[in-house]
Amino acid sequence: MIAWMNWTPSVAIFFAVIAAILAVMTVYEIVSPCTERKGFLPIETTRGDRLFIGLLSAAYIHLAFLAVSDISLWIALGVSVLWALVLLRWG
Amino acid sequence: MDKIPNNRAWWLVLPVFLLVAFSALIPLMTVVNYSVQDIFGPGQAYFVGTEWFKEVLTDERLQDSLLRQFLFSGAVLLIQIPLGIGVALMMPKSGIKGSLCLILVAIPLLIPWNVVGTIWQIFARGDIGLFGWGINQMGVDYNYTGSTVDAWLTVLLMDVWHWTPLVALLCYSGLRAIPEAFYQAAEIDRASKWAVFRYIQLPRLKSVLIIAVLLRFMDSFMIYTEPFVLTGGGPGSSTTFLSQTLTTMAIGQFDLGRAAAFSLIYFLIVLLISWLFFTAITHADKEQ
Amino acid sequence: MKQARSKNVAITVFIILLLTPVYWLLNMSFKTNQEILGGLTMWPENFTLENYVVIFTDPSWYNGYLNSMAYVTINVIITLLVALPAAYAFSRYKFLGDKHLFFWLLSNRMAPPAVFLLPFFQLYSSIGLFDTHIAVALAHCLFNVPLAVWILEGFMKGVPREYDEMAYIDGYSFPKFFVKVFLPMIRSGIGVTAFFAFMFSWVELLLARTLTSVDAQPIGAIMTRTIGASGIDWGVLAAAGVLTIIPGLLVIWFVRNHVAKGFALGRV
Repeated sequence: MIAWMNWTPSVAIFFAVIAAILAVMTVYEIVSPCTERKGFLPIETTRGDRLFIGLLSAAYIHLAFLAVSDISLWIALGVSVLWALVLLRWG
Repeated sequence: MDKIPNNRAWWLVLPVFLLVAFSALIPLMTVVNYSVQDIFGPGQAYFVGTEWFKEVLTDERLQDSLLRQFLFSGAVLLIQIPLGIGVALMMPKSGIKGSLCLILVAIPLLIPWNVVGTIWQIFARGDIGLFGWGINQMGVDYNYTGSTVDAWLTVLLMDVWHWTPLVALLCYSGLRAIPEAFYQAAEIDRASKWAVFRYIQLPRLKSVLIIAVLLRFMDSFMIYTEPFVLTGGGPGSSTTFLSQTLTTMAIGQFDLGRAAAFSLIYFLIVLLISWLFFTAITHADKEQ
Repeated sequence: MKQARSKNVAITVFIILLLTPVYWLLNMSFKTNQEILGGLTMWPENFTLENYVVIFTDPSWYNGYLNSMAYVTINVIITLLVALPAAYAFSRYKFLGDKHLFFWLLSNRMAPPAVFLLPFFQLYSSIGLFDTHIAVALAHCLFNVPLAVWILEGFMKGVPREYDEMAYIDGYSFPKFFVKVFLPMIRSGIGVTAFFAFMFSWVELLLARTLTSVDAQPIGAIMTRTIGASGIDWGVLAAAGVLTIIPGLLVIWFVRNHVAKGFALGRV
């Protein structure tokens, strides 16, 4: 039934992590709802907005690493996580 | 209008969520799976990591196709937006003439996309089409199946014909929402035509224009059927846009891994751009 | 008044230019193939209905229309059924993740169908729906449902919430209020939404063609078959094209006053 989806462990982990982040954010939101605020980004954002921006830019960071260099993607991952944390805290 | 906080509203959204999740998330997950494997057949796959992405990102054919796509979408916007505004300004404001105009202008939008291709395939031919024949009669050598430039211009003209009406209708509805009092005030001030347009009409058109740009950019970015029918992507690959490159790769050559990696990059571009526009729209809504 | 006249002339010229390609298609559909290939004629000199007769008597042709009609109808029904409550929720309530959910829906309207082509094919094959009308209808929901939610939400925002509250005070239950009071008030919005769902499902070909082979093949896919051994049968192709325009024309008349608002996704 789902054989055609050709699941591999790494992709399964990837989606599991995304789902976990979303779940944590949802619980966090229920426990302490957040309001829009203005950080260093040019627009007012909520926590969820900043998470989305973080994830999207993480994808682009990985692609940029792949396109122009042969550096290990683990470094790209590290950069992305750092960037996402900075965004969530001060964005 | 202030909305009431109520998390039980999720029950009302649930059917939509499930339906769209079924058609969007399952395919998306599959595409991600394909993009990291080399697939020979059902159950026969070999993990290759990010190799496909690397290959796609450095593939010149794909870069060309991406560049062509951006050029095309840019040209589409530059022509259709001003033209659409112009047409909207000329349309009669109300009455039976207004309704009639509206419907006549909307006709190209109601035609199935492959038929749009067919119409222009016929219309632009030198032997049996009025347009191609007319151009040739004027002494210009025109042949969209042979010349790269002609093919490109024909596809562009077809898109202008097909979609300018959308921009025009959007702007028309925006213009109709301007209260008559604004124009009367302008008349008392003896404002020039240009001043009326620049300071009364254009600001009021802002939100519809954002939607028009969004829809036109996105739809031209995924254009497939019309050029496929009209030129088949040729001559050479001059009118092969992103969707067609992708479709050929996935269905024609069954090159699943590469097609999947390409799909994801394509999707990320679309996601970024639609997010930028969405943010712009919600901001415009808030200001009003 | 000179200005008004020049405006009228300009719009008339624009509409004539816009309709010329359509006229040319109509013109060709009434010609015989000899006349089409024989030389350029501005109107049919040997007026013939032969091309239309071919389509209406050959089941492989008219079944294409019936198939398209079938999946478009199913799609419109599904779209309205799920989009109405969702749009109501978006227009009335603030709930967890509403903005992000809305954007996620929108992004599906923007996603190129080509990206999902292959997984769709395999998804519907694996659950045994390949080559059925329901498969195409479900696939088209991917872009029609988000669009419908968008348009309907715009229309619903225009209905003051006092109506909802009054109905509750009068003792209406939610489903009864929704069907008896609320839906009639946004009649025109529903009409426009149905029109758009109809239109986008009707004009789409890439997904419809990929998900079908014989039993549910849309008219668009059948049209490509006219390219036979003896070249393209231009007359029949033109006639088939003309017939695909007619349903849209019939429907737009009913929603003409609200179409512009619909195109603006209810945001005017």
